[in-house]
Amino acid sequence: MEQKLLLEMTGISKYFVGVKALKDVSFKVGVGEVHALMGENGAGKSTLIKILTGVYTKDSGEIKFDGKVINPTSSLQAQQAGISTIYQELNLVPYLSICENIFLGREIKKNGLIDWKSTEREATAVLKDMGIEVDVRQPLNQQSTAIQQMVAIARAISINAKLVIMDEPTSSLDEKEVAILFKVIRKLKAQNISVIFISHRIDEIFEICDNLTILKDGELVGEYAVKDLTKIDLISKMIGRDASTIVNYKKDYSCSKIGDKIVCRAKNIRQGVKLQGIDLEIRQGEVVGLAGLLGAGRTELAKIIFGSDACDEGELEVHGNKVKFRLPKDAIGMNFAFCSEDRKVEGIIPHMSVKENLTLAILPKLSKLGIVSTKKQDEIVHHYIRRLKIKTPHANQKIRNLSGGNQQKVLLARWLCMNPQLVILDEPTRGIDVGAKAEIEALIQEMAAEGISVLMISSELEELVRGCDRIAVLRDGRKVKELVGEQISQQSIMKAIAQGHEGLKQSDVS
Amino acid sequence: MSQLVEKINSKSIKGFLKGQGALVAFAVLFVLASLRYEQFLTFLNISNILRQVSMIGLVGIGMTFVILTGGIDLSVGSMVALAGVLAANLSGQGMLVAILVPIAVTALLGLVNGLVITKMKIVPFVATLAMMMGIRGIAYISTGEVSVRVDKLSTGFTQLARGFVFNIPIPALIFVLTVIAASIVLKYSSFGRHVLAVGGNEEASKMMGLNTNKIKTMVYVISGALSGFAGVILASRLGAGQPVAGEGWEMTAIASVVLGGTLLSGGVGKFSGTFIGALIIGIITNMFNMQGNINTWWQNVLMGALLLVVVVIQSQVAKHKKK
Amino acid sequence: MQQNLEVNKQDAKLTNMHYKELIRKYGALAVLILLIVVNSVFTPNFANINTAWNILIQVSTVMLVALGMTVVISSGGIDISVGAIMAVASITAAKLLGLGVLPAMLIGLLVAACFGAFAGFMVAHFKIQPIIITLTLMISVRGVAQVMNNSQLLNFTEPKFSYFGLHRFFGIIPIQVVIMAVAIGIIYFVVKRMTFGRYVEAMGDNYHASRLSGINTFMTTIAIYALSAVMAGGAGLLETARLSAADANAIGRLVELDAIAAVAVGGTPLNGGKANVIGTVIGALIMQILTVAVNMNNIPYSYALVLKSIIIIVAVYIQRDRTA
Repeated sequence: MEQKLLLEMTGISKYFVGVKALKDVSFKVGVGEVHALMGENGAGKSTLIKILTGVYTKDSGEIKFDGKVINPTSSLQAQQAGISTIYQELNLVPYLSICENIFLGREIKKNGLIDWKSTEREATAVLKDMGIEVDVRQPLNQQSTAIQQMVAIARAISINAKLVIMDEPTSSLDEKEVAILFKVIRKLKAQNISVIFISHRIDEIFEICDNLTILKDGELVGEYAVKDLTKIDLISKMIGRDASTIVNYKKDYSCSKIGDKIVCRAKNIRQGVKLQGIDLEIRQGEVVGLAGLLGAGRTELAKIIFGSDACDEGELEVHGNKVKFRLPKDAIGMNFAFCSEDRKVEGIIPHMSVKENLTLAILPKLSKLGIVSTKKQDEIVHHYIRRLKIKTPHANQKIRNLSGGNQQKVLLARWLCMNPQLVILDEPTRGIDVGAKAEIEALIQEMAAEGISVLMISSELEELVRGCDRIAVLRDGRKVKELVGEQISQQSIMKAIAQGHEGLKQSDVS
Repeated sequence: MSQLVEKINSKSIKGFLKGQGALVAFAVLFVLASLRYEQFLTFLNISNILRQVSMIGLVGIGMTFVILTGGIDLSVGSMVALAGVLAANLSGQGMLVAILVPIAVTALLGLVNGLVITKMKIVPFVATLAMMMGIRGIAYISTGEVSVRVDKLSTGFTQLARGFVFNIPIPALIFVLTVIAASIVLKYSSFGRHVLAVGGNEEASKMMGLNTNKIKTMVYVISGALSGFAGVILASRLGAGQPVAGEGWEMTAIASVVLGGTLLSGGVGKFSGTFIGALIIGIITNMFNMQGNINTWWQNVLMGALLLVVVVIQSQVAKHKKK
Repeated sequence: MQQNLEVNKQDAKLTNMHYKELIRKYGALAVLILLIVVNSVFTPNFANINTAWNILIQVSTVMLVALGMTVVISSGGIDISVGAIMAVASITAAKLLGLGVLPAMLIGLLVAACFGAFAGFMVAHFKIQPIIITLTLMISVRGVAQVMNNSQLLNFTEPKFSYFGLHRFFGIIPIQVVIMAVAIGIIYFVVKRMTFGRYVEAMGDNYHASRLSGINTFMTTIAIYALSAVMAGGAGLLETARLSAADANAIGRLVELDAIAAVAVGGTPLNGGKANVIGTVIGALIMQILTVAVNMNNIPYSYALVLKSIIIIVAVYIQRDRTA
């Protein structure tokens, strides 16, 4: 079927100092097509998009959009040409209302003054078309992440975008919200609006996308129709090695060396409306997963266990002894560790080196009388760079120059060197390329084998199935089920989440 | 019944504090002052307060614009001085010239502020700090370090600060009109909304196509112009342009903005708040003057303590708002 | 051929970056050296040792304050109460001279530390923005200092105190220079080699991550502002010793601006991050030499103000973080 081309990028190259970000890349998207853009971190996806949206200027190549050659030099120009972008870090203004965010920059005016009534009316209409009903006068920051994303899409639609670029749109959404998003994407398709879908989530790509393009190391690997590809093919093209070990791996429970001792026990943890009485036990050497939809309370529970937040009611026991954590410092004193889901905000110290980031938590132990021993520091850093295969030119490299996967490794090392007895990982492989992902998953298993307990939060069911000995399924602040060993499968997790979840159709859980 | 009362109390008190804390504080002070000092509620006294408050209030309005975008302007005090000196020098050339030229000059200097911040990418604190020094220097240089007297024949100019319209001091009228105009701009103009957007999330505003540099520059122009206006009024009131004028005004302006409920980080705030904030400071200063026998330095202590209390309350309220 | 061109463009870009990096790292030092050289040639009586000592004596006040300010700014905060702290430490010590010079000075520093700790507490516990809390202190502490002696000048004769202002080691080296050198050494060491300093920089760079890594941000914040206040207090004592008078009205006026300017020119990022202690030293010296040079050339001080403002803008511009 001859499909008209909306976007045609040919021969795109872009160099940064010392780095060839893109080399002679071609990229095509048809009218009304949903096209996935894939590749590991550093493959060039975001560079390509930034060139398309005018944030960067290309060094060579041509961009044809809607039949015309364009050369956007600002995001405004790209927008005016009909290209809208929905970013991972939602780029909206938190204090302003929903309707205002939708119309920012194109305010509806009457007699020179802003016509608020019309603004509210139109905004409500756009969202209603998408199936969302909400009070558009409310400030944006009081809405859930999912709603905020819908507002971003509503804005794109109302600007008459012909092409909507979505950068990891589902990373903060639960399954129900993803379904709504896909419904909206299908609506866009029906209106002949194209979508570029940037994601690592292979299942979703297979569900919603027509075609996909894979980039690797700044070059084009290929463009394929989704229906012509199997998942395994796809992964092997992306990481260039046999990936069957990744996809179908299910944990061998007989190998788990789980001790009898309960390292940490949470009893009846309550926090406002977020947590309504959760009990959880973590044994030595056990990998416990927390599954659930967004808002189930997983991160909240983890932060309470780590002492970063306080609970209203409930007890924590470590090795049978009651403890009260007021600060992360207290939990760290008990050899607990916590890797946040948001590296940028809660993980890395961007201007500091790999060395300083790695040793940040263990610094007191490397110091005498408050003076840091650089010798001990270097020893530890070199040990972990080797052990975790962290890719960095040297230990003093600024951490922000590393790829996401390597940054995550540094953060993991920050905790590993503390000899923790419990490591809490919140979305440890989010935004990480497939290669590093596999390495980190293997590392988690190594840790468990050494007797370290792991509490892992992940929204990727496959990841949980692959790695966990036990999974606690949370729903609306309650633990609805615990799955152990052979009980664990994607089906059983979804079924557990579905119990008591009105509105989820049988077909969603087939 | 008690439950109902409790409900009304908690809801309205919280709501009140959230939006109207400054207003409450002002009302309390006003009542206190009226009861304590019999000279307080006189026409002369009130109009003096209004006149004094208007000048720093104008600076505060300009400062509010800047702070709403997430910036800060430390050069306002120096602009007041420079404008006053220029106005005094030009007072012989006619009222319009003496008023408009200094304002144009300080607006231009505000433009320089904006450009240094947006084009040279220097943070507002440092940029306006440097300009504060430089403009103060220019003010001194241009007068040879002495005050410049306002031309005795320029009655029009002198009336600016000392005249009344409908029994309201002209400066107060100017101040109130400016607050109203600024509020309308904030709520009903694209520029006003864009100012809030830039302060709320600059990166996002840029991505949404707003010309953030232009907006950020404009607010400094406004701040410069309003500071200039304040300086002109001051010169009219004193009958002279003093190069030392305005020292410390930036801090008082910031204080009025904060007292009025605008967040220093930008994106949230209103001009009516700054209006009330300026009034609060005005009343306190007045109360101290009336007290007379107290060492006026206690005023500083009290002012600082008051600011502290207000700020703590604001932080607690803000914490609740976030939840 | 195309490829060669591209490679050359790459190289050009690389050397360009390198060149800019050099300016960024050594720009301030270059300006300082330039100032010294130019003045040695053109300003009468500049290039002699007495002028040098005088410059060093005069800069000691701002230097001490700026050193403390470097720590505060590196942590992502700011302290504009330093001038007022100078005043209160000065008056306190002057009034308590009856207890003995050292006790008086220590109590003065202690009072300063208390105010600083208070500021740090308010920042850490109530999460009030540093500029606001130090603004309130700037106003109220100055008031406290003024009230303490009815805002009158307090003269005194106490040779043991004046020692700290007038003594010269071996008859040549002013005591301020020695104190300054020691202070610079201590602050440098604390910032770069002690866990406290590493924590300060980490907090300034990413507060959340620091907290989650077990840094006691609460205590560190209190310590940061206490340190700044102690440095300011010390500066106040030093100046009081030199003048043999405590003037709560005038002492420390606008010193916060000079200190912040020194830190900014010195290259410490104003939003928090790596502390550039040596940079601050250079920045303070640049500012002082400017003032002195203008004075010695019989130019009104107002010209120095304009020059200072230009230098601040240029210096910060050159040293900004381009990769951010």
